[in-house]
Amino acid sequence: MKKHPRLDNWEENELKKSISRFPERKERFTNHGGQEISRLALPKDIDEDYLNNLGFPGQYPFTRGVQPTMYRGRFWTMRQYAGFSTAAESNKRYRYLLDQGTTGLSIAFDLPTQIGYDSDDPMSIGEVGKVGVAIDSLADMETLFDQIPLDKVSTSMTINSPAAILLAMYVALGEKQGVASNQLRGTIQNDVLKEYVARGTYIFPPKPSLRLITNIFQWCSEQMPAFNTISISGYHIREAGSTAIQEIAFTLANAVTYVQTALDAGLEIDTFAGRLAFFFNASSDLLEEIAKFRAARRLWARIMKERFGAKKPSSLMLRFHTQTAGNTLTAKQIDNNIVRVTIQALSAIFGGTQSLHTNSKDEALSLPTEDSVRTALRTQQIIAHESGVANTVDPLAGSFYIEELTDRIEREAATLMDKVEEEGGVVACIEQGFIQRHIEDASYDYQEKVESGERIIVGMNQFQIEENIKPPLLRVDPAIEQAQVESLARLKKDRDNKNVNASLTHLKKAAQGDENLMPVILEAVKQYATLGEICNVLRAEFGEYKDRG
Amino acid sequence: MTEGTRKNRVLIAKPGLDGHDRGAKIIARALRDDGFEVVYTGIRQTPDEIAVIAIQEDVAAIGLSSLSGAHLSLFPAVVDELKKADAEEIPVLGGGIIPDEDIPQLKKAGITEIFGPGTPISGILKAFRDACERYHNKR
Repeated sequence: MKKHPRLDNWEENELKKSISRFPERKERFTNHGGQEISRLALPKDIDEDYLNNLGFPGQYPFTRGVQPTMYRGRFWTMRQYAGFSTAAESNKRYRYLLDQGTTGLSIAFDLPTQIGYDSDDPMSIGEVGKVGVAIDSLADMETLFDQIPLDKVSTSMTINSPAAILLAMYVALGEKQGVASNQLRGTIQNDVLKEYVARGTYIFPPKPSLRLITNIFQWCSEQMPAFNTISISGYHIREAGSTAIQEIAFTLANAVTYVQTALDAGLEIDTFAGRLAFFFNASSDLLEEIAKFRAARRLWARIMKERFGAKKPSSLMLRFHTQTAGNTLTAKQIDNNIVRVTIQALSAIFGGTQSLHTNSKDEALSLPTEDSVRTALRTQQIIAHESGVANTVDPLAGSFYIEELTDRIEREAATLMDKVEEEGGVVACIEQGFIQRHIEDASYDYQEKVESGERIIVGMNQFQIEENIKPPLLRVDPAIEQAQVESLARLKKDRDNKNVNASLTHLKKAAQGDENLMPVILEAVKQYATLGEICNVLRAEFGEYKDRG
Repeated sequence: MTEGTRKNRVLIAKPGLDGHDRGAKIIARALRDDGFEVVYTGIRQTPDEIAVIAIQEDVAAIGLSSLSGAHLSLFPAVVDELKKADAEEIPVLGGGIIPDEDIPQLKKAGITEIFGPGTPISGILKAFRDACERYHNKR
């Protein structure tokens, strides 16, 4: 049979280019019996329907993945979110991880840092260093990255409302290390819209928040071309209780809002769209999750091409990080959680994720211990090296059920996105509580099914046992709060406060106008103005968002 | 209104900076479905704000939720604020990511019940009914 011209075209272009840049992991992939594993299984007849809806990996609409060889070229990045206590403690953990061969860091900040309070703020009492590392100023960032060369690692930072400030600190730190900003690689989460409906670390109202985000898009397109400027996150929407379809719909609706805001500010679509990244949840319904990831990729590609007229392939690609679903972990028979995480991780791999965090078995109880984190990482390594699922591209494509479900999730998510637009768009929907209500209803419905036993959670509402085992738990020393407060007091005494004040006054003026705030914030962090001081200037100008409860 | 038909009024509150409100919202809704009158504060309340709202709203019990690990400082702080305002008879219950080994310390600090992950809602509703009854009987 004659080869389809589109297949020929893909092999000659995308595939060849990809393999010459990133050779496959092996010359020949074989299964246990020694038979060769094909790179990409295809239907007998490549028809219009196949080409329009699935196509070839690395080609529009990217249903089968964003790279032509997917994990045959390189495994997904195994990126474990970590951070606690002080910058010095976290630095030790990161250097341990790097010694173990990690190339990507993922920084967890404590809640005061995420909400723009210094460690000595009354609002920070009890929270300093608890769920992540406390960063008050550039001085803490210098400690956090001590002996870690920024041109050798990619750094993901889970920071949203104050993303511009942490990004500026990272750039300033790079300068000190002699690494130019265009050499810096990594991601900032920077997705404030989902904070209002799911995650809760908002500071400012939506409008000034969107301005900060657009400022970052623009500044990075010129100064940091290798940095992901945002990680548009469905993860927390799902954790808050949404369905899989709501996760996709609300996340892509948020993404559309960021893109439209940037276009309205005069940015050109292809200058920033390629640096948008996504972040999804991998929950326990294996087939639904696989279909969800594939549907999200196709829906986003279509939106970018048809609605926004993006041209560059990278602008059309939905690249995403995945984390397994924290809310599915049980506090009973916690070893069962390892099995749950394995199923969830498999869905992400079948779904074509670019990076993955696997949760640890003890996370329904506390931050994970080093032992349980290792098991979580080993889970990914077993899938990568032993299961064989990474040796062929998009292996479930063409399954009647998977394709039917992929179509349905795409269709229903698109319908819900239309509904959001009809209601006035994302910002109006947040202000009216529309999105929150949808999530809460789904969350309550799920909980009722668990309570009634209609939904079985193994070890929790069925197959229970009497347990009297106390797993070892990680504790953050409460004394670090005082230590952090004291080091902040020293910093405020030792720095040149005249320069700090001048930079903060400059920031205030800039915030009142409409210039890009990134250079002004960068100047302030270089003077060791603190995160809290910078946020307080912006709070005074922008106001604060309040939860409606 | 007679004692027998009085609707139980309770406060569900999120102290500290934690944004995980899925559990708090589910409990608030389950309490409402069970006939309670529920005031929900929304996230990011300080202990003194919670005490002030509890007193203003004249509630018979307070349920606190925290998943960020700050419960050992925040839950007792709410009890302290109630004491300062001469309202320590309002019972305080708590839930969230709370390891079993922290329960004795929290109880000693005056938190009457602690609900860890996986607690069935029926048990939580009963605890609130009992707490409200004790409160009304005392008054």
